[in-house]
Amino acid sequence: MTELVNSAAADVIIRNADFDAGAEIDKLRRAGVGAIATFSGIVRDNAEAPGLIAMTLEHFPGMTEQEIQNIVDQARGRWPLTAVKVIHRVGRLLPQENIVFVGTASAHRQAAFDSAFFIMDYLKTRAPFWKKEETSSGTQWVEARETDDIALQKWVESR
Amino acid sequence: MNILYFAWMREHTGCAAEEIDLPDGVSTVADLVPHLASRSDGHATALRNLKTVRIAVNRTYGALDTPICQGDEVAFFPPVTGG
Repeated sequence: MTELVNSAAADVIIRNADFDAGAEIDKLRRAGVGAIATFSGIVRDNAEAPGLIAMTLEHFPGMTEQEIQNIVDQARGRWPLTAVKVIHRVGRLLPQENIVFVGTASAHRQAAFDSAFFIMDYLKTRAPFWKKEETSSGTQWVEARETDDIALQKWVESR
Repeated sequence: MNILYFAWMREHTGCAAEEIDLPDGVSTVADLVPHLASRSDGHATALRNLKTVRIAVNRTYGALDTPICQGDEVAFFPPVTGG
């Protein structure tokens, strides 16, 4: 997949290939930036999924990009952001591999922190991805968490 | 029209996508569901509990009462688990 740089279309990337969070942070340095906040999601290897061998992520090509772009557009409407980048990996990933990167840049820290948090909370409940766990005892689809829906409430109430 | 299934729903239906003609008398997603459920036992299983199913019409989130017409793309999928 071709990676576009320095265009609005580059805000959101869905791909199998890994990302380099450090390199992505450098790309968020633009005129006017005073703060960069990032989130990296990683495949867990702890007791939550005993014997986890791999995690396979499926998505809805076209809709996934559009939904995340909508979330990014909403974030840009709420906070004065100088740059945003979301990378979400799909396909088969091993424990400790990167899954998702969200980076937000602004003049000040509050906007950078809050918008990264907002984007992740919305991505968890709106972006059409599904995880299937592969363990020593077989495969199973990961169930959605109610806590992810509850996490959204704070953005509605604080509006 | 194009019908899409994802994750465990796709595994039950045995297909990721299927092309159908809009059945007579169907004007919403809810009207369409019984027609899809009758296509196979797997379809019936996939569509058994609609409370746990998410719907997108033309790649925009919808609901059972969302209007549909010939040519629309209707997707069914479980609650999302990305991030």
